[in-house]
Amino acid sequence: MRVYVTDHDGKEHELEALDGWRVMEVIRDWELPIKAECGGACACATCHVFVDPEWQDKLHPATDEEEDMLDTVPDVQDNSRLSCQILMSEELDGLKVSLAPSAKPEEKVA
Amino acid sequence: MSEREIVTDVVIIGAGPVGLFAVFELGLLDIKCHLIDILDKPGGQCAELYPEKPIYDIPAFPEISGQELTNNLLEQAEPFGPTYHYNQMVTELEKQEDGSYIVKTDDNQTFKCKVVVIAAGGGSFQPKRPPVPEIENFENKSVFYAVRRREEFRDHDIVIVGGGDSALDWTLNLAEIAKSVTLVHRRDSFRAHTDSVNKMRALVEQGKINFELGQIANLEGDNGQITGVNLKTKEGEKLLPATRLLPFFGLTMKLGPVADWGLNLHENLINVDTEKFATSEEGIFAIGDINYYPGKLKLILSGFHEAALMAQAAKKIIHPDQKVVFQYTTSSTSLQKKLGVK
Repeated sequence: MRVYVTDHDGKEHELEALDGWRVMEVIRDWELPIKAECGGACACATCHVFVDPEWQDKLHPATDEEEDMLDTVPDVQDNSRLSCQILMSEELDGLKVSLAPSAKPEEKVA
Repeated sequence: MSEREIVTDVVIIGAGPVGLFAVFELGLLDIKCHLIDILDKPGGQCAELYPEKPIYDIPAFPEISGQELTNNLLEQAEPFGPTYHYNQMVTELEKQEDGSYIVKTDDNQTFKCKVVVIAAGGGSFQPKRPPVPEIENFENKSVFYAVRRREEFRDHDIVIVGGGDSALDWTLNLAEIAKSVTLVHRRDSFRAHTDSVNKMRALVEQGKINFELGQIANLEGDNGQITGVNLKTKEGEKLLPATRLLPFFGLTMKLGPVADWGLNLHENLINVDTEKFATSEEGIFAIGDINYYPGKLKLILSGFHEAALMAQAAKKIIHPDQKVVFQYTTSSTSLQKKLGVK
């Protein structure tokens, strides 16, 4: 199955995903830039993505915990989700998301 | 602010789980530590990001919360009398001619030590900055991410953004001295304590403060002084006159001054060897999530192992003439004495 991820420069990447993996883990595994500093615990909101409107209704709704964390995302939108809270499954094959500015890692100094 | 110089064996930068365990391992070798952390409490990510979340991969703890782990590590370190310095960020690290280090913080505290242990995890926790054009021009003049001096807010028109405890606590607190307070949040639901939320709603009903559903779009003002905050709301843009803005979106980790200390880095992590966890500078070690070596796993348990080996190497620098005998805490009466076992 696949996830389509648009990076901060607007370039779309087709990523092979595995059933049960968190979308954040897929993005990180393919080495696209995502901060994800708490490692998937729904505790930091730095794996923030915008979900393509066509896919928004196909995702399970955000839990209260995810909504609470989205409160700490300064660039939140109606289609904002935390990619660590989206688990890949057959139904989500082809999911499209874009990386949010607030999930961008710091520039590498070395 | 203190300006005296503290002389100690080791300064540990970061009081997260790995920094705390380093106190224990160094303590067994008769080495005294001072710890510096930018947060107002020990525990690092465990305490700041997930105090209540269970961790399942700490050896011998099938399940333990971030806060419990922190409390246990503090207890374990306690016999060695570490000194904790909170709310401070290390800004400078200078090597002296005799091989020792001078460590300076942004609170004007200076330390002189023989060894520096960087256990800074993902870096220093700093406030998340809203993506508002030119907000940096107003920061620390009329836009603040924390209230350091309450008087700075007296008789001001204050806009507070966020839905957590910081936003709610300061809304209630500053309502007493402000000209006006407007709380702005993206939804009519809050993760702050229910009690604070109820108090806030009561003040809104009494007309003492305002609540707006929306997000900051941009700021008006010049020379560092805001005059208004433009909100994006469901009904369109709305201008709130304001002379102070307090955005509370929580904290995120930044590498910070570590990059300026002349250490050999690998993608914002500090290169170390796997025998001593020494950096490219003699006398500076790096342990836990901040370091890099082939095969590195960012796990708390890896940091514990790194702390133990680092301590052996640090001992040779701090007490070069003392021979270290490898001992177990179970059987060594001298180690037990250090631990205060009766």
